[in-house]
Amino acid sequence: MSDLLTPEEMKANLDYHTPHSGWMNTPVNIRKGMYCYASNPKSVETLGLPNARKWNPMEEDWELPENWQQILHEGFKERLERFRSIKVFMDICVRCGACSDKCHFFIGTGDPKNMPVLRAELLRSVYRNDFTRFGKIFGKLAGARPMTANVLKEWWYYLFQCTECRRCSLFCPYGIDTAEITIFGRELLNLLGLNIDWIATPVANCYRTGNHLGIQPHAYKDMLDFFVDDIEDITGLRLEPNFNKKGADILFITPSGDVFADPGTYTCMGYMMLFHYLKEKYGLDVTWSTYASEGGNFGFFTAHEVMKRLNAKMYAEAKRLGVKWILGGECGHMWRVIHQYMDTMNGPADFLEEPVSPITGTKFENAKSTKMVHITEFTADLIKHNKLELDPSRNDHLKVTFHDSCNPSRGMGMFEEPRYVIKNVCNHFYDMPRNTIKEQTFCCGSGSGLNAGEDMELRMMGGLPRANAVRHVHEKHGVNILANVCAVDRAALPALMEYWVPEVDVTGTTELVANALLMPGEKKRTTDLRSEPLPGMEEEADE
Amino acid sequence: MNDKKWIVLGLVVFFAIVLFPVWYNRGKAAPAPEVWLSDTAKAAETCVKPLEDIRRNHMHLLDQWRDTVSREGKRVFVAWNDKEYYPGLTTTCLGCHEDKAKFCDRCHNYASVSPYCWDCHINPKEMNYGKK
Amino acid sequence: MNVHYIFPFLVVCVMFLISYFLSEAATGFKYLFGVVIPYLAILTFVAGVTYRMMNWAKSAVPFRIPTTAGQQKSLPWIKPNQFDNPSSKFGVLVRMLLEILVFRSLFRNTKFRMSEDAQSSYEMEKWLWLGALVFHWAFLVTLVRHLRFFTEPVPQALMLLESLDGFMQVMLPGLMLSGVALLAAATYLFLRRIFLPQVKYISLSSDYFPLFLIIGIAASGILMRYVPDLKIDVTAAKELSMGLVTLRPTIPEGVDGIFFVHVFMVSALLAYFPFSKLMHLGGIFLSPTRNTTTNTREARHVNPWNYPVKVHTYDEYEDDFREKMIEAGLPVEKE
Repeated sequence: MSDLLTPEEMKANLDYHTPHSGWMNTPVNIRKGMYCYASNPKSVETLGLPNARKWNPMEEDWELPENWQQILHEGFKERLERFRSIKVFMDICVRCGACSDKCHFFIGTGDPKNMPVLRAELLRSVYRNDFTRFGKIFGKLAGARPMTANVLKEWWYYLFQCTECRRCSLFCPYGIDTAEITIFGRELLNLLGLNIDWIATPVANCYRTGNHLGIQPHAYKDMLDFFVDDIEDITGLRLEPNFNKKGADILFITPSGDVFADPGTYTCMGYMMLFHYLKEKYGLDVTWSTYASEGGNFGFFTAHEVMKRLNAKMYAEAKRLGVKWILGGECGHMWRVIHQYMDTMNGPADFLEEPVSPITGTKFENAKSTKMVHITEFTADLIKHNKLELDPSRNDHLKVTFHDSCNPSRGMGMFEEPRYVIKNVCNHFYDMPRNTIKEQTFCCGSGSGLNAGEDMELRMMGGLPRANAVRHVHEKHGVNILANVCAVDRAALPALMEYWVPEVDVTGTTELVANALLMPGEKKRTTDLRSEPLPGMEEEADE
Repeated sequence: MNDKKWIVLGLVVFFAIVLFPVWYNRGKAAPAPEVWLSDTAKAAETCVKPLEDIRRNHMHLLDQWRDTVSREGKRVFVAWNDKEYYPGLTTTCLGCHEDKAKFCDRCHNYASVSPYCWDCHINPKEMNYGKK
Repeated sequence: MNVHYIFPFLVVCVMFLISYFLSEAATGFKYLFGVVIPYLAILTFVAGVTYRMMNWAKSAVPFRIPTTAGQQKSLPWIKPNQFDNPSSKFGVLVRMLLEILVFRSLFRNTKFRMSEDAQSSYEMEKWLWLGALVFHWAFLVTLVRHLRFFTEPVPQALMLLESLDGFMQVMLPGLMLSGVALLAAATYLFLRRIFLPQVKYISLSSDYFPLFLIIGIAASGILMRYVPDLKIDVTAAKELSMGLVTLRPTIPEGVDGIFFVHVFMVSALLAYFPFSKLMHLGGIFLSPTRNTTTNTREARHVNPWNYPVKVHTYDEYEDDFREKMIEAGLPVEKE
């Protein structure tokens, strides 16, 4: 990270001029800091995916199978029949340019190939050449070009500079979704073993050990036990979380990132405290699972089949444990998968009950079939029915803004639930400008498996629009904390904030809830979950 | 999701709209109207402009006449064959082509043209009719 | 100079010259441009559009992947945005109508600007939306107006449309706003492709070609209606078009030059349509991010090719870690 440009240098580098040479004649330049390392062959092997071998994107030879062009062509053809979305999106773009300045990577890099339309054209040009008569006859003139090693490298470079955030699809008059194109493109690249390691290894871990980080069952329990100790220090209460408990009411699944790294850990503590509260007050029995210990699904960034293979554990574990329904933690792409894919892939979940909150009696009609409820929906319902005793003044040292994560926004539409929760547990809430939140939200710049260390320049550039909006409310309202409902955000935004708006911290929404939650039998709290003094408690906290 | 039937239905509706003229006319239509010439017109032999020209451009001539007569006060029109005419729709045009319905309207109706000449001008025939 | 627009421009120029001079040269060519080519064009259009739509229909829709552009339907006290995030079929219908009739998504368009100190802003930008909307609606009105050449007797509703379109009552023949609007909007869409650097960078020949064609069609139509020396005998034009739709083709006296240019370019556009991006007309209806309901957790969607996959089962997992689990006090299936 030492050779990362300073923010000033990066700002000075911003350039939106289009090159003199047309995009087909501008060869790809794979640049350090902008790409992620190649997949580790062991991880590729674990999944049984093709062409596991050591390779390096910076080298000329990517060690492709001999018939790689044929593999791609066949793969393309097969998927055109499987996905109408792809076929239609390949055909109907009119290149109106509405999407061109909507992508955070274009705004941050100025690279025209990061305009969503051009990212898609990288694939469309090959599609025209291989599958359309006009392309075959008129070639370049019709925007067609054959697949070559350089084109392949271009695909790889730019398909891993898209976070599948779908902001472009919001503005497209035909709803062309670059996320769909990137998902499809990466699926093709995986046929040749061209994944990045930040995706391939978590996927392999998740497959074998149940979570991206490869935390084994005993270690997973250990980590939660650490939190039990921390929570005892703060509240004086000794929690007893359930693990793999058969016959529990609800199975809780959240991204493993939250048990592993700050500030996600505080969110995880928040979940535990909330569940403890509900157990004590209302007898709700929630269990964690070490087998289905991953909410996230980097398989989604690999191939549809891999996504399904990883996701299968959720229903399998719910069935084995005999719970009534599943509750999901705060995570972005996890919720895209649950909301739009899970039921179709691994359902029907007829062994579960239609989710009802045993505390409020609320039927979660919107989750009737998939039988999985978002923690924020669940908490908002509890608060609405006055089932949580809260003291929002405990969060008075925080001036909060909320970052809508891409997937819960444009793949779900969860806007008011988190805001309702935050406004009930915090006294100071300020939204960012309208064109940067809710359905128009900007990505953290690190989604879809790009939150590695080696592509930090890309991440900082891609995160610029988000950071700019945060800076705006920071300067205007003194906002000092950025709330979200996404584990990738909690992993990625701290680095982004430190780089662009160092005065702003990052938090999960449930952490704020737990801060404000008045737990039965707790001691007088002097610190928040981060062991920092609560407002007015500075002296007592020092003792 | 079997949506093929909806797509087929959509196509059928679309082509029904696109091919509306084909089924609307059911393969036959009144032939284009012949130009009707009164005895006076036949006797006059020539018009104020050559035939091809007057057919295509008569509206421009009338437009021109309106300006020259009512705004510039020029009351003589020298035609292509050096004949002089009084530039007026009612007197000159309808003087020869006596029957507006047969001469003007048939083509205008056919081409769905509704000129606003008659917002001001009165068909002399209708005037006579009123007197009777 | 840019081959992407020079080439289609030349093609359209050549089309103009060929159709203009050949149709003047001999009656046989009039028959070619006035009868043979229009028939071939409409056949190509119908067959091509059918083929393309059915080809799209053939592909599966494995998942419902709507772009949710508003609040979801979740808790009863949170008001859902039922058209931007439609959980019901009715909502989808309205969403699709809004997209197709008033270009809802394009209406959201913003213009991004980066200030000197790298602070970004996103301003409302309605020109593209307005230009596109005017273009498409003017095109539609112009098309519908042309039905007067293809129907006998002309339906009343059509005359009403004409009188609305010509409500300004200027010029003779009366000025039709739609034709002028079409030409202006098409020109605007062309100019933005030339002058906005990013849009220029992404534009292909296949973006310029239909624009030039449409500009050519609108211009030739306007010339033939309003310019005295280029005018045709309207009655004769209708005789020709009626001949086409009643399947009794004929080439009457009184149509020439510019008329055949007009008809030829329209034919070219029709024939080109199914093989080009113009198919967005049909594609928009099939776009899965817009035409699917968003109640994806409420109602299960079935993937026709959903196949079983290899998963790492709990039993395999427990086999891997049983000892450690027992030691940590985690419950296991097999002791």
